[in-house]
Amino acid sequence: MAQRICIVGIGESACGHVPDTTALQLHQQAAHAALTDAGLAPHDIDGLFSCGDDWTHPLQLAEYLGLHPAHIDSTQLGGASWEIFVAHAAAALQTGRCTAALLVHGSRARSDLRQQRRPDAWRAPRGPQQFESAYGLTLIGKFALAARRHMHEYGTTSRQLAAVAVTANRWAQRNPNAFHHGTPLRVEDALRSPMIADPLRRADCCLRTDGGGAVILTTEERARDLRRAPIFVLGAGEAVSHLHMSQWAEMPEMVAKDSARRAFEEAGIAPPDVDVLQVYDAFTIMVLLSLEAMGFCGRGESGWFVESGALAPGGALPTNTDGGALAANHPGVRGVLSQIEAVRQLRGEGGDRQVPDAQVAVCNGIGGYLSACGTVVLGR
Amino acid sequence: MSAHKATAWGYLPVIDAESAPFWAGAQRHKFLFRHCNHCGRNHFYPRHACPACWSDNCEWRAAAGTGRVFSYTVIHQNDNLPFRDVLPYIVALIDLSEGIRVTTNIVECTPETVHVGMPVEVVYEAITDTVTLPQFRPALRAAS
Repeated sequence: MAQRICIVGIGESACGHVPDTTALQLHQQAAHAALTDAGLAPHDIDGLFSCGDDWTHPLQLAEYLGLHPAHIDSTQLGGASWEIFVAHAAAALQTGRCTAALLVHGSRARSDLRQQRRPDAWRAPRGPQQFESAYGLTLIGKFALAARRHMHEYGTTSRQLAAVAVTANRWAQRNPNAFHHGTPLRVEDALRSPMIADPLRRADCCLRTDGGGAVILTTEERARDLRRAPIFVLGAGEAVSHLHMSQWAEMPEMVAKDSARRAFEEAGIAPPDVDVLQVYDAFTIMVLLSLEAMGFCGRGESGWFVESGALAPGGALPTNTDGGALAANHPGVRGVLSQIEAVRQLRGEGGDRQVPDAQVAVCNGIGGYLSACGTVVLGR
Repeated sequence: MSAHKATAWGYLPVIDAESAPFWAGAQRHKFLFRHCNHCGRNHFYPRHACPACWSDNCEWRAAAGTGRVFSYTVIHQNDNLPFRDVLPYIVALIDLSEGIRVTTNIVECTPETVHVGMPVEVVYEAITDTVTLPQFRPALRAAS
């Protein structure tokens, strides 16, 4: 039987708004914190998992960190990459291609925002994109198309979308490191926020923060010598559906139904077994679609499920317990940060936001435009 | 009102080998799609080979130009020209009568009246000498 794989270290860089740092520096800070947490040294790391804007990223990162990994993976699937890295790292560790895997991300998503939004950033569309970009379909507009379709099919309301944002904000009030800590949000505030791409308003959209995170995985055997009690990877799955919105045949049913089924089967669990859920929430609609695709509620029921308080502190399915991308931190993607929060909950280090006796946590990463999903099941 | 003005066209389609017949058709006010003679399926955007069965025995056909709104969004924020000058505008996914789904603007329609299921028909706007952009408006005749 294959060796069990576990997370033995987690770490975060400075986060929020840290303009006087570089993205590489944030990677190093996060990786250093995770190594310290695990009780490992840089030379112990022989597997590197990270992705960035172009093909040079993994080379640049290894060079900057002074690492010479025996196994390197830069699979770039947007916001799904980091959960998919866990699946790939587990396979690499089980087959001995590496012995200690570092997943690390860092970004100046907040400090570089102005530069990335310059008006000439809208480039001439090549390839299949020419059939979409010429019509002015913005990034948020893509998510809005799915939200509108969900509203049409199931009667989902703007108030239910707002409930997702408000729930995230409630968790953020229990997380002193959350960007919106101390800035409560009410449903009425969310519904009055400016429309960006109907039906999505500003309150339906994520933060952009600077920051970074790192996770270290190794085998159960290697973990016996390390500082921290291991958090086991019980299952992992990945799936992709489309890139262009017109090609998403099953819209708004997200391909998390496949990634979650694969992960849950491997872990031998079902949705009711999950104590804590972390789902990528760049936009409120992503949470609703995840809940349905992963089987936490029936199709079309997610709006009511959220309004019932199930995801909130004290609810049946505590979700995005640090405040998520909507209210805590979002350095370009969530992935690693979702896993860090899941590990904290499973270790019992959640502080004011600790879910009592959390045994099983699930992370769901979403990449592209609801295009790719990676699901990971973690347990004590 | 059109979502497009001939002010800043840096984002115009870069026409390539697979898309050239489509854009040539649009200039003649034909909405062309691909039909697979092997498996009988239609597809869009156009590929040389069929994405369902991978046969390259495909041909161009002209759509009737009618369909219904599958979903839509009204864009209220876009910093990029020419779109920032025409806010708010409608972007929609349309299911054409031939069973293909296309991304487009809906024109001659207010944000208050667009809705899922709305019948639409194609209209053409000449942007440059080489690009005529198919868009859709509320149907004056019923969708088939």
